[in-house]
Amino acid sequence: MAENREFMNRRLHSLLGVIPIGIYLVQHLTVNFFATRGAEAFNEAAHFMETLPFRLFLEIVVIYLPILFHAIYGLYIVFQGKSNTKRYGYFRNWMFLVQRITGVYLVIFIAWHVWETRVQAAMGATVNYDMMADILSSNFMLIFYIIGVLSATFHFSNGLWSFLVSWGITVSPRSQQIATYATVAIFIALSLVGMGALLAFINPDLANI
Amino acid sequence: MSEDKKIRFIITRQESPDSEPYVQEFELSHRPNMNVISALMEIRRNPVDANGKETAPVIWDMNCLEEVCGACSMVINGKPRQSCTALVDQLEHPIRLEPMKTFPVIRDLMVDRSRMFDSLKKVKAWIPIDGTYDLGPGPRMAENKRQWAYELSKCMTCGVCLEACPNVNDNSDFIGPAPLSQVRLFNSHPTGEMNKAERLESLMGDGGLANCGNSQNCVQSCPKGIPLTTSIAALNRDTALQSFKNFFGSDKM
Repeated sequence: MAENREFMNRRLHSLLGVIPIGIYLVQHLTVNFFATRGAEAFNEAAHFMETLPFRLFLEIVVIYLPILFHAIYGLYIVFQGKSNTKRYGYFRNWMFLVQRITGVYLVIFIAWHVWETRVQAAMGATVNYDMMADILSSNFMLIFYIIGVLSATFHFSNGLWSFLVSWGITVSPRSQQIATYATVAIFIALSLVGMGALLAFINPDLANI
Repeated sequence: MSEDKKIRFIITRQESPDSEPYVQEFELSHRPNMNVISALMEIRRNPVDANGKETAPVIWDMNCLEEVCGACSMVINGKPRQSCTALVDQLEHPIRLEPMKTFPVIRDLMVDRSRMFDSLKKVKAWIPIDGTYDLGPGPRMAENKRQWAYELSKCMTCGVCLEACPNVNDNSDFIGPAPLSQVRLFNSHPTGEMNKAERLESLMGDGGLANCGNSQNCVQSCPKGIPLTTSIAALNRDTALQSFKNFFGSDKM
């Protein structure tokens, strides 16, 4: 077993990106989307998530440990590659590079995002619509968050494509092509959901509903 | 006689494995139907650079001259390919020649591709039929499967796919696409299939299959059109099943 460590790590890395991290991402963006129905609706949804039973256990097992492994091992993978899109400007080679760039960006973005929300909550702050509206009122943070959300939806969609290849689910070129179309659709759909929520936090009309 | 057309070569050279590479330019008279090898032979005949300075002939590797052996692979105008089938009239000028730096450079354009042979040994890319008595003919292979397998058998270990792969470099011990596809070739052979699990186990070792990052440059670059990424995805499926068998136990059937 010991000599297969790399194989197991790579497969685990690929699996964790989809289950649970990918599923958590979809759920997170969906809860955020309540903001488009106004501050009250978002606060209720956020409160429901906060009051789930076994909250800390769920957070550790479903979120913290998988993301930590995925991030640290992902950085190790990034440093093993040498991008060569200048010589080989093929679509998949660009996806290979962008997957790594968004991955590194997400490590920074998520670390900051967790500090700003979850860690502050642990220290007594309330996570609600006003907190996000306050954070996103700065143009710098708004851009930081827009790139962060788009990086996350891209990294998940493209990662889903390579998950299907890495586990031998899409083998033939045609099945991989169809998976490309499907994951592009997922990227667009998730990005619309994510952007809708972000823009809802800076919409003054929604703040008082 | 038509006017004397000149063609210019910009060649990355290197005296020895450890010395610094440098660039030297050459100018040759154009002849019809020239390929990169015949141009290099011309330089060898008259080793004078574009400034008229006498120099040592450029060293390169070659053998079959018909894109079957893979020995003459080098980076031509930024892309790795065989110099025997690189026709001068079809290339952008000036023509830039570099060694495939993924491999240790021996001298000038000549590289040491022995790591590919080591990888083939590592993944057991052969069919063991030796024994103390004649085992007779093996199981028959369906004709359509034989035709399909023939495509995979065209691999000439030229190294172009390793050169194109972003995950084959000094930071990783990835063996690269070519030996992976050979495992698929030997695993699909009716006799080779008998040692399928052994080859899959070797692929699951360090530097093996899992290092693929799906950039798919290999399949775009392969001069023989081998479906390398299809082989890799199929092996991903096979090794997934093999790892389940290893983990949960299997009755070896």
